[in-house]
This record gives sequence, structure tokens and C-alpha cells, in this order.
Amino acid sequence: MADITFNAIRKSYGRTEVIHGIDAEIADGEFIVIVGPSGCGKSTLLRMVAGLETITSGEVHIGDRVVNALEPRERDIAMVFQNYALYPHMSVFDNMAYGLKIANVPKPEIAERVAEAARMLELEPYLERKPRQLSGGQRQRVAMGRAIVRKPAVFLFDEPLSNLDAKLRVQMRLEIKALQRKLGVTALYVTHDQVEAMTLADRMIVMNAGVCEQIGAPLDVYADPATLFVAGFIGSPPMNVISHDIRPGHGALAPGAVIGVRPEHIDLVEPGTGLIDFDVGFCEPLGAETLVHGVTAAGDKLVVRIDGETRPPADGVKTGLSIDPSKIMMFDPSGHRTSA
Amino acid sequence: MQKRVVFNNRLLPYLLLAPQILVTLVFFFWPAGQAIYQSAFIPDPFGLKTQFVGLDNFRFLFSDPYYLASFKTTVIFSSLVTLVSMGAALWLAVMADRVIKGSSAYKSLLVWPYAVAPAVAGVLWLFMFNPNVGLVAWYLGVLGYDWNHVLNDNEAMGLVVAASAWRQISYNFLFFLAGLQAIPKSVIEAAAIDGATFARRFWTIVFPLLSPTTFFLLVVNIVYAFFETFGVIHTITLGGPQQATTILVYKVFSDGFVGQDLGSSAAQSVVLLFVVGVLTVVQFRYVERKVHY
Amino acid sequence: MSGMVEKRGLGTWLTHIGLILGIAIICFPIYMAFVASTVTQSEIAQPPMPLLPGPHFIDNYTAALTQGINAPVMTMLVNSMVMALGITIGKISISLISAYAIVYFKFPFRMAFFWMIFLTLMLPVEVRIVPTYEVVAGFGMLNSYSGLILPLIASATATFLFRQFFLTVPDELVEAARVDGAGPVRFFIDILLPMSRTNIAALFVILFIYGWNQYLWPLLITTEPEMNTIVMGIKQMFPSGDDIANWPVIMATTLMAMLPPVAVVVLMQRLFVKGLVESEK
Repeated sequence: MADITFNAIRKSYGRTEVIHGIDAEIADGEFIVIVGPSGCGKSTLLRMVAGLETITSGEVHIGDRVVNALEPRERDIAMVFQNYALYPHMSVFDNMAYGLKIANVPKPEIAERVAEAARMLELEPYLERKPRQLSGGQRQRVAMGRAIVRKPAVFLFDEPLSNLDAKLRVQMRLEIKALQRKLGVTALYVTHDQVEAMTLADRMIVMNAGVCEQIGAPLDVYADPATLFVAGFIGSPPMNVISHDIRPGHGALAPGAVIGVRPEHIDLVEPGTGLIDFDVGFCEPLGAETLVHGVTAAGDKLVVRIDGETRPPADGVKTGLSIDPSKIMMFDPSGHRTSA
Repeated sequence: MQKRVVFNNRLLPYLLLAPQILVTLVFFFWPAGQAIYQSAFIPDPFGLKTQFVGLDNFRFLFSDPYYLASFKTTVIFSSLVTLVSMGAALWLAVMADRVIKGSSAYKSLLVWPYAVAPAVAGVLWLFMFNPNVGLVAWYLGVLGYDWNHVLNDNEAMGLVVAASAWRQISYNFLFFLAGLQAIPKSVIEAAAIDGATFARRFWTIVFPLLSPTTFFLLVVNIVYAFFETFGVIHTITLGGPQQATTILVYKVFSDGFVGQDLGSSAAQSVVLLFVVGVLTVVQFRYVERKVHY
Repeated sequence: MSGMVEKRGLGTWLTHIGLILGIAIICFPIYMAFVASTVTQSEIAQPPMPLLPGPHFIDNYTAALTQGINAPVMTMLVNSMVMALGITIGKISISLISAYAIVYFKFPFRMAFFWMIFLTLMLPVEVRIVPTYEVVAGFGMLNSYSGLILPLIASATATFLFRQFFLTVPDELVEAARVDGAGPVRFFIDILLPMSRTNIAALFVILFIYGWNQYLWPLLITTEPEMNTIVMGIKQMFPSGDDIANWPVIMATTLMAMLPPVAVVVLMQRLFVKGLVESEK
């Protein structure tokens, strides 16, 4: 069990800096998801914690130790890889036991720990099989088992679910969450999938282009995004971005500044009665909700989320838009939130 | 070329490389250097000391009619071996590709000659064509042809070519068969629907599609004929009659070990080094690209 | 309609006949050798020799194995086996570890070493025989197993094959092993080596044949009959003058010289084809 501290971490390959100084404090037992688009540096950050990449400058603390110079095995971590990285020639048992064997753990204890992990992960019938004889979900479990038996202070997950099909992904997501709760081990989890991030994280670190955009609990980040990037990345469909000020009594927006409104914070009303008129383009009925796509009179493209039981407007109909002023967010030209 | 994550040990990689580098230095680079060095000297008649002669050994070599004849012999020999073994192998591969049943059985029956050493192949063919006791030689005699490769240049050449090509057929067969089986059946069926006869299909569609394999095998067979047929020549003809079957590699051996002319042998080694270099570059430049991309 | 089928059937039959004929021609030299190894010297000396095997199989092979002509064939078989295995195991071992160093480590002069090994591709033994002979003689390794084996042990081909294979091993495996606490030596022994099994086996087949079939090199450095290998020893069994060669014993020896590599190819055909294709890449 350990807390983790990132202290102004930077990473360069030659002259190209890919991570531009990350600071974060992670509490013992917390489940932290690092989320961002591909190439944002999230995996590199995780691999620096693991000791698989050198840290160009700054410090990583695990517990009370600075681990920059330590080998992976000295950091008291375990890692689950995207493609599982199971040893193809070893049985499930040997895959899980390998790290313990290297650490010279006595044989009876190895057997006991592997058996316990196998029971937890429902892998008991497969212990003698080779990885190629397992399904994708089972391989994923073995990879987790390999991490569990080590009893590490920190779990590192590098996009562990991205090779699974959609249904299995949801199931494994729940299992990972339950397991981490049960074991109480600090977890760092990298993904590009914002749904995974929202559902798993105690707190999430949203990264973009080597910079940490925001750290916070999922719902806080959703309700109160610090930047336009976060507003667009977290939430599906993403926040509407409007480049004309539609609030009554306000003048034009500063050049480059925009307004953001979540689709669920807009209501359709009679034409002429809302803040602005709206031309409905087409609707996507999803059952529980319907997404209405269209263009405002000022020319901004918007998505409005309405209740699934409400009859959706016909394509091409003119309506008005009503928006709760307290839900409107302002972003300055650099993409940061402003109050006015 | 390398892994994303590498080990950082300082000494270990050198220790791991040491055996191979050591063997390479002692048995490859040192002798090759010696060959180049010796090629610039001639020993005095008593072998007591050597005298620097610069490029004279090479000049002498390329004005030596025997050496030039050996060059010509090598070219004829290599061309014939390549032609015969590739031709026979292609013929067998086309037939094996045509039969649906038993294709793999035929394959098993055709691959093993590759395992026969060139020297053993030489002895096998020598036995059949031995002018005194050879069965084939005897039946040729019955038909009125007096076979004697010990005396007749062309017969000697024919025999070493046959023995060398015989052993190489299985190698060529394997690659031709693989090449043929890699041609999509739909292409050939389309041609058949277009009304092309088997022969026409073969020459206008199959053979062009097979050309990367053919080119690759061409280089491999030339390398084989140049450098790996020493055993055949040594067992059957010893380079004779006179010098009729003395290919370049055989001449390096006979001048160096039988004739004890070290300067000339070394110069010949250097020339061969150059030939190998050219063939290797051709192999890598063209073969890699053409066959695998 | 039936005409079509009939024509097709005929074509298939012709193809089969063609193939069988081809195989018969290719096998004929071996058959003649076998017949010769089962008859007496006098039957061969008065041509034409018989076309069917005779009753002297055991006599001829026993004579070859226990007495031979210069040295018992048994001795030569042992020498060949030692040489072939020595070359095979030696080549595979040093190539494995040098390829491992080149792929998995970063160190000064890595590329220089790589090119140094690459250049040996261009230097077959046949090209550098005289100076290599002098080096081996200088070490006092004439008529010794080390002299037979060591100069043939370095091979760029095997190193490249393993390098190629190592490059296809996912990076995550070495990372997982490092997280599990394995250092470079453990990773090599526990993970990489077992994963290379098929490649090692395929290369073993190819290299065993290569080692067994060496001719020129043993011819140069083994002057004592007791050190001859079987492939080069056959030629030494022919009389130098006009004497008639002892064909039954020579042919028995020839067949025994072929047997081990042919058996390896036939028994491990799948690995052999794999090795052949990969070593030419």
C-alpha cells in the first residue's frame, strides 16, 4: 500500500519533449485513471512509474521513496499490459508464479498465493493450460492474476481492456473495479476511453499533448471542466461549443472566446420564445434519450438531448432553444474557463 | 532493429558477443587479411623469404591463359548446373502442383537429395559412369557410344554438371512448388474460362507470376555452382582431363595446396572474395525486395 | 460431358506417371549404389553389374564398418557425428547469444559488431582456404576436432535468423519480465530460449546437414585416416593406381555417409522446410 507523488515530471526523446511537467498527489488505495487521446503521453507517464522509461526530470515517489533510479522490480509495482504479455510457453500457473519464483518465495507459499488469485479470478480450471488455449477474457484475467499474486503496493494498468469486445469490456471493467476495492491497492489505469475513465476512477487525470488538463473526481470533472479540451473529451455526445453569445443582454464574445453547453442542459421550446431559434436537421432516437442535431439562427451546430419518451421533432422543423443560464460555461481564447 | 526497452548492463553485451566476434576475427578476418597481404608477395624458390611484388600476382593471374580458361569453365559449368537443375525442378513442381492427391507424398520423395553431400553425389554418379565398371557407361557402349569422361572434356563436364544439378533439384523444387502454390487459383481459373490452354496459361500467367522465385533461385544456384560444388569436382574429375573441369574454387585449392603457389592462390582468393561480394549484394538488393515484397 | 471427365482423368494419370518417372530417375543413382553394396567385387568388375540386390549386404557393411579401407567406417562415422554436432551446437549457441546482445542491449559499437558479423556472409570457407589452413596449423589444431569445428562455427546466417525472430517477439514480454523481476540472463533463459524452440530445431536440421556434408575443410586438415570424416573419407578409399576399387565396400560406405542427414530431412521434413525458407530470408 502506498501513495504516489508526481513532482514536475518531464520526458524528452532527444530534443523533443513529450511530457511537459506533471504534478499530482495520489492517495493510498485510490483508483486513478489517466485518460486522454492517443499520443497524449498517458502511457509514457505510466511507463515512467513502472520504470520502463527513464524520467528526464522531476521525481516519482512511491510511498516514501523516490523511485527514479530503481529497477521495475524494486518499485513494488505490478503491471497489466494491453496485449496481456503472457509468456506463451508457460502454463497459467507458471505465468502467475514467475515473479514469485524470481523473488525466491518458498514453493508452498507460491502455490497458495496463485491458488488464491485463481479462486478470486475464477481461473482454477485453467491453471494447467497455455495462454493460447484461453479466450481473450481469460487471458486478461491471467494478466491480472499475475499482478495480484505479487501483492504489490501499486497496480499499473495500460489500456488493459482495449483488446476485448464491447460486452466483455463492460464485464471486466466491473471486475477490475471490484477487485481493486477488495484489495485496496493503489491503482493507476491508463485508457483513451472516457466511459471507462468515468466508471472506474475515484479521480481522473485528463491529459492532452503532454500536459495535465485537469485532475478530479469524474462527476466533478464532468460538471466543472477546467478547459475546453476536457469539456469536449469527457461526455458523449461532447459539450456544444457556440461561438456567438446567446445570453440576453450580452454583446459579442471576445474574439476566439466560446460558450459551452451540455446537450442535456438545452430544452426545445416554441420558435421565438427561447434564447435563439433552431433549425432541426435530424434526430437520433437511442431509446432512453433522443439526440436532436441542428443549427441555430446564428449558425452554430448544436446537439440537444431530449427525453426518449418525448416525441422527437420532425426533420427540418423550426424550434426555439431554452437554456438554464447557470449551466452556461465560458471559455477564453486559450480554452480555459472564465467566470463571465 | 532494436527493442523499445533495452537492458542497460555495460559488460554483458560484450560478453555475449565475445565468442562470435572471436571466432570471426581469428578464422575470418585474419585469414582474409592474410589472403590480401599474401597476394602482394611471391616466395623465393626455396620458400625461405618472400618478396613484395605489389599487384604483379593479379597482373600475372589475368594474363595467365589457364586462369582465364578456368573463368570460362566456371561460367559454363554454373550456367549448365543452374539451367539443368532449375529446369528439371520447375517441370516436377508444375506436375506436383497439378495433382491434387499425393502432392505431399511426392514432395517427401523429392526433398531428400538435398541432404546428400556434393562429394557423395559425385561418388554416386562416378560409379554409374565409371568407364570400366559403370552400368550406364556399359549400356552406352552397347548402344555404340564409347563413354570415357577421364579422357573426354565434354563428357567430364557433362558428368560433373549432372551430379551437381541432381543434388540441387530438390532445393529448387521446394521453392518452385511453394511459389506455384502461392499463385491464387482464381487467376488461373479466370484464364481457363478465357479459354487459355494449359501451355498458354503457364507461359503467360504462371511463369511471370513465378519470376520472383525464379530470380531468387537463379542467384542461389549460381552461388551453389560457384562455391559448393568442390566435392563433386574433386571426387569425379580432380579438375581434369587437363583443366577441363577446373572451376575457380578448385583452382584456388589445386594451386595453393597441390601446386604450393601461395601468392597466386592468395590473389585468386581475393578475386573470389570480390565475386562473392558482388553476388551477396545482388542477393540482398534484388532478391530481398523482389521475393518478399 | 463424359468426354471432359475422361480427358481430365487421362491428364492426371499422365501427370502422375511423369512425376513417378522423375522420382525414379532421381532415385536411380541411390538404387544402383544399394545394389552394388549387396554384391561381390567380382560381380561389379565384370560389367554389366546385376540390376537386383545380391545376398552380401551384411558382409559388405560389416567389412566397411569394422575394417574399411584406410580406417574403419565406424571411426569415420563417429568423427562426422562429432564434427556435425559440434558445428551445429556451436553455431546455434554463439549465434543465439550474439543476436540477443544485438537486439536487446544498447552499447557502444553495437552496429560495428553487427556489420562485422554481416561481412562473414561474404566469406565461405572455400574462398579463404589457404590462409585459414595456416591459422589452424599455427594453433596446432590439424587432425583435431577443434580444428574441424571451430573455423566453421561462426555464421552470419544463424545470427540473422535469430535476430529476425527476436525482433518479432513483442516488446511487452520483456517489459512484463522486467516487472516480474527478471534480469537479462533470466529473461534469456526463462523466456526467450523456450520461445525460440521451433527456430532452434529448424536451424538444427539445416546446420546438421551443413556440418555433416563438409568436404574440403576436413580434406585439408585431417591427414591421419583416424581423423577422417566419412564424407571426405570415401574419396580416400579409391586406389591411387590402376587397381580396381573395392566398389561394394565403397558403396556401402557411401550409403552410410548419406543416411544420417537424409534421415534427419525425412523425419523432420516440416522443420527442414521451415529452416530452409527462413535461412534464405
